[in-house]
Amino acid sequence: MKQLQTARRGRLKVFLSYAAGAGKTYRMLEEAQELKKHGADIVIGYFEPHGRKDTIEKTEDLEIIPRRRIEYRGCAFDEMDTDAILRRAPQICAVDEFPHTNVPGAERAKRWEDVMVLLDAGIDVMTTMNLQHLESLNDQIWQISGIRVRETVPDWVVKQADEVVMVDVTPEALINRLRRGVVYSPDKAERALENFFKEQTLTALRELALRQAAHEVDLQLKDERPADRILIHITGEPTAAMLLRRGRRVADYLRAECFAVYVSPHGDLSDLSASTRAPVEKHLNFARSLHIETRVLQGQNAAVTLVDFAHRYGITQIFLTRSASRHFNFLPGRSLISQVLRLAQDVQIAVVAERRNPTRP
Amino acid sequence: MDLELRRDPERLLEQIEEEERRKKRGRLKIFLGYASGVGKSVKMLAEGLRRRERGEDVVVGACQPKSSPEIDRLVAQHEVIPTLKIGNRDVIDIERILRRHPQVGVIDGLAYTNPPGSRHSERWQEIEELLNAGISVITSINLHYIRELQDEVAAITGKRPAETVPLDFLKNADDIEVVDAPARENLSRLREMALLVAAEVVESELRAYLRAHRIEEIWGTQERILVGITPRSDARPILESGRRNADRFHGELFVAYVRQADLSPADEAALEENLAIARDLNATIKVLDGQRDPARALIAFAREAGITQIFIGHSMRKGLWHRLRGNPVERLIQLAEGIDVRVFPQRTTA
Repeated sequence: MKQLQTARRGRLKVFLSYAAGAGKTYRMLEEAQELKKHGADIVIGYFEPHGRKDTIEKTEDLEIIPRRRIEYRGCAFDEMDTDAILRRAPQICAVDEFPHTNVPGAERAKRWEDVMVLLDAGIDVMTTMNLQHLESLNDQIWQISGIRVRETVPDWVVKQADEVVMVDVTPEALINRLRRGVVYSPDKAERALENFFKEQTLTALRELALRQAAHEVDLQLKDERPADRILIHITGEPTAAMLLRRGRRVADYLRAECFAVYVSPHGDLSDLSASTRAPVEKHLNFARSLHIETRVLQGQNAAVTLVDFAHRYGITQIFLTRSASRHFNFLPGRSLISQVLRLAQDVQIAVVAERRNPTRP
Repeated sequence: MDLELRRDPERLLEQIEEEERRKKRGRLKIFLGYASGVGKSVKMLAEGLRRRERGEDVVVGACQPKSSPEIDRLVAQHEVIPTLKIGNRDVIDIERILRRHPQVGVIDGLAYTNPPGSRHSERWQEIEELLNAGISVITSINLHYIRELQDEVAAITGKRPAETVPLDFLKNADDIEVVDAPARENLSRLREMALLVAAEVVESELRAYLRAHRIEEIWGTQERILVGITPRSDARPILESGRRNADRFHGELFVAYVRQADLSPADEAALEENLAIARDLNATIKVLDGQRDPARALIAFAREAGITQIFIGHSMRKGLWHRLRGNPVERLIQLAEGIDVRVFPQRTTA
């Protein structure tokens, strides 16, 4: 019986929204209260009160696992005590702020990794997150809000959720809450209103969140075999990260398999200079963190090597960016894109646009 | 300001009139759920109470006939204007609400149909009257009452309610909020639909905002795919892929053709065939002028329509001219700043 229990993986439920103050934590705790009333063994693994009174009230009568204090550079940080939760072994654990980055010195770098450990131990977890922390949307969020979100969660992690529930609220209501000082302290609220909490930004994020929630439902409904195979061309240029995110996102929607390839004259990275090698390695690692299969291929000409790989592996779409070939723009027909277009007339070629954030008034 | 007026006086006037109208009219907020029991009524009544706490004058004009202790508790804290009985059915007492003239009316059951002899046959028409009188309304609706979605919903649930509300009524709401909850397997599709309806309403709000503020960027909150066709292109596979991609992304499909003079009868026929495929696939079709620079014409339309991905066929034309000048496909890629371009294989027979 005991064995059976540990063999079962916990269920993950995500309360998704698009801004602080939307009511995710409140909704999660409300559900925790409800479950407890029905006899579930439930604890709070991590809770961020943010000084919000009505949210704090919702923790009443719920068991809270004390946080673990970690010293870092002379400061004390409180993190979720995953070991203590494992020892307590509840049926369900509520964990606030899924995308949180742990302080160095914690056992795992990310809170979502802690949550994976709890799930592996058979504990059901409910957690909260905002859409803008989803890795594949990072460039778009930046384009819309002007903010580069640093704490991201790879899409495959969120895809593991058994349930994603949208906590919806109108931007107007959010802005009102912020003005009334429910969400942040007055000075922080003022800054937020000038930056992130602009109506058009919130409206765009809300739409993305609603679509994301619909997409998660969609994923649970269909389980088709992948028909498309996407190949992403990795370079050392900064746009490669954007290309990987976009490629991953398209692959998820099309339920396609996804590969990423770097072409090197020698077939491995050891001959590259340190300054060339570092960004390439970074992008290869980034691709792996998004669950994209990576290869380093030997070839003198990137276009020839890419197209050859595409033909051998039944690739249906090759993903490229324009900027990699910017230097050749004065010579039409010579850029990587032109060459690939000429060589691969039987494969789809997606030229992904660079997302920009023109600073708006 | 002067400059703006000169540039586009009509648009500005429209904007001012629209704002005036909005100011006088009450605001409509709709809670949308994919099934009964997800908590729409509770959210609606709770919002009414919150607004009252903040000093707004709120009354309840209609609640659901069947209710829970939680709902009863919430209703008890409100001022209620009792419904009238016509036959054995309840109808909101619209005259009394108009006389009482609160700032906000909480009216549950947006899709309710009134019995014959009522002032309006549908509750949404009554709500319209309250809004026009400057009273804001908070209401709720279940997905299966939305007229345009009924076929799809009925295919899942096997039930088709007689009462309906047009989708446009929801789209014109000032605020819509989804009341989401996990669904049992067979209701998941409904849940997805409710989320997408809300996304669509939010998208139209966003576009209105961006238009009003002359922001011409493409934010790509919704994927919009544009397939560019020519008379001779082997368009079917591209169009079909465009449809499939648009569906997967819950996006929209557009098809554009840049008009060319002096088409041969064979080209005319080929073009007609391609357009017929596009129509079958339910694409929005646009014929553009700009023969001298088709790539530019296509991009200009793409920007206007907020396109996020352009699908085109490989150019089959070869030769020195294209090698020197860059072929049309490459030119399009160069111009497509901010928009993805996907180039499709063409059968070599073309």
